[in-house]
Amino acid sequence: MEKTELAIDCRGLVKRFGNYTAVEGVTFQLPTGAIMGFVGPNGAGKTTTIRLLCGVLMPTEGHATVLGFDVKTQPEEIKQHIGYMSQKFSLYEDLTVRENIDFYAGIYNLTGTFAAERKQQVIERIGLNERLPQLVQSLSGGWKQRVALACALLHEPKLLVLDEPTAGVDPVSRRVFWQIIHKLAQEGMTILVSTHYMDEADTCDYLGFVFYGRLIAFGTPAEMKAKENKANLDDLFIYYVEREAVDDPRNKGNR
Amino acid sequence: MKRFNWSRFLAILVKEFRQIARDKPSVIMAVGMPVIMLLLFGYAVNTDVDHMPTVVWDQSMSQDSREVISSLRNSTYLDPDFYVRGYDEIRRYLDGSSARVAVIIPPDYGKQVQGSGNTTVQVLVDGSDPTAARAAMSAVQTVGFNTGWEVQADRLAQQGGATPVLPVQVETRVWYNPDMKSLVFNIPALIGLIIQNVIAMLTAFSLVREKERGTLEQLVVTPVRPTELMLGKLVPFVIIAFVSLMLILSVGILWFGVPPKGSLLLLILLSMLFVTTVLAIGLLISTISRTQLQAMQMTILLILPSILLSGFIFPRETMPLFLKGLGGIVPLTYFLVIVRGIFLKGIGLEYLWKETLVLATFSLVLFFLAAKRFRKNLD
Ligand SMILES: Nc1ncnc2c1ncn2[C@@H]1O[C@H](COP(=O)(O)OP(=O)(O)OP(=O)(O)O)[C@@H](O)[C@H]1O
Ligand SMILES: [Mg+2]
Repeated sequence: MEKTELAIDCRGLVKRFGNYTAVEGVTFQLPTGAIMGFVGPNGAGKTTTIRLLCGVLMPTEGHATVLGFDVKTQPEEIKQHIGYMSQKFSLYEDLTVRENIDFYAGIYNLTGTFAAERKQQVIERIGLNERLPQLVQSLSGGWKQRVALACALLHEPKLLVLDEPTAGVDPVSRRVFWQIIHKLAQEGMTILVSTHYMDEADTCDYLGFVFYGRLIAFGTPAEMKAKENKANLDDLFIYYVEREAVDDPRNKGNR
Repeated sequence: MKRFNWSRFLAILVKEFRQIARDKPSVIMAVGMPVIMLLLFGYAVNTDVDHMPTVVWDQSMSQDSREVISSLRNSTYLDPDFYVRGYDEIRRYLDGSSARVAVIIPPDYGKQVQGSGNTTVQVLVDGSDPTAARAAMSAVQTVGFNTGWEVQADRLAQQGGATPVLPVQVETRVWYNPDMKSLVFNIPALIGLIIQNVIAMLTAFSLVREKERGTLEQLVVTPVRPTELMLGKLVPFVIIAFVSLMLILSVGILWFGVPPKGSLLLLILLSMLFVTTVLAIGLLISTISRTQLQAMQMTILLILPSILLSGFIFPRETMPLFLKGLGGIVPLTYFLVIVRGIFLKGIGLEYLWKETLVLATFSLVLFFLAAKRFRKNLD
């Protein structure tokens, strides 16, 4: 019973590329309907962890279930039920907004009137009506991200995975984007989102701090700040980075 | 869950068509390039050896020596256009490649022929290109034999004997390509080669482009199955290849005047089978390579041996067993047997079923290999 209420349950996840360990023993449980923020410096292993959870990378060690499906044995089931936006913009730039939406509707096996209704719902929710005939390559960064989000929402995923969705997006577009995310969470969708913006991280239900492949802290933003006695997340982030950098074995040689 | 899904397949198909329609250079390359290549190479790979420039040192300057020279010209293999005096000049012509053959007629040629003596005409041949040298040698041998025979016949007639008859004669008749024009042999093969190169290149690029642009990273996180993706990418190229094949066939048949002796329908059907094989190779390449440059290099690596080993240039019968075996894994090898068979001999499936079966097996195996190699993860 408890298991089904967890959207993500990962225990001791390890990923090595050759002898480089990109993810080292990541363990956390995310309840259904929550927004979890993933923060950490560049190269910390956020994207790699996300890919492990999406079933497109095989973990070297450890276990994880996403929406009750095992990442090792049921990756295709996971893919059917999650929406994913990769860190690098990855829609077809030489197609129009509508053509991209049509494509992903087909890929998620939506057909007939149901497909038309779903597309219309998503288009209205994201506010894409005027942009439909435009080629994606002619859109600004903020609009591109909104189209990508629309494509990830078509099949009503139970879990939405967003890898730095607002990188390089202006503040107004960022706010619009996060309003949509919060709305989706209220409706019961679980959301895993990585970000470098602490103001965004502050609005998440849970935060995970990733550092050199390890999840060094996990909890609600308030708990985390209280634990280390910091006034805001920026200070907390800097505190963690400085503390861990001293411990990191890879920095020993430089000293 | 695991079943092939038409909606996903159609989504890929429609998307591919839209992208191809917007990518004008690719369309032009797919449709225009084969025709241009056939026009260029159709003239370039003409291996007929005739009208070789010939230098003559006629020391006899007699009626008889002039007759020998005009017999050489009438053979159409030699063009005795240069007249010199002395070996030094002959050497200059041969060294400088202004002439391939030198004919030296001795001073007493006329006298010996008119009398009853013997004489020798010396012929020097530039052997750098063995094929040309062989053609030149057999041409002068024939002319020499005929001239000698005529002189002998005249002498016998003058002595009052009957005109002699050669006791043994060989009568040759050439089948399939009676004029032995290399064009007729090469154009069908060129059609196969060109279609292979262009289509393999185009398909190889199609999936690699998605890798380079990052769109594949999004696709692998969707429920799309490799076979749906592969087939969806294959079908549009089958259609492009069909158009391109029709064009290149028309150029071969109408422009170069090389009509197929056999069934045009069978030719088209089997060509499409070959195209499918090539498409599968292209897909396989694109699953292995990470960038368009790699895909390009791999395609070229495939094209080179296929030119040399398939029997396109060198007959496979004379190859060492090892190379012959290597040629056996090149699909073009089988297609060349098919096109040449249909074009030149007009044969049908009753002879070509083996090659057809091999090509069909190739395309199935390659396609499944490609779908298998394309695993949906980023490891
Ligand atoms: N396929 C791979 N092969 C080898 N190393 C890899 C591979 N993918 C990622 N890495 C390495 O793993 C480490 C973690 O990368 P990852 O992309 O997960 O970091 P990140 O936290 O997402 O960083 P960023 O904030 O820059 O997006 C990096 O050092 C990266 O070079
Ligand atoms: Mg990342």
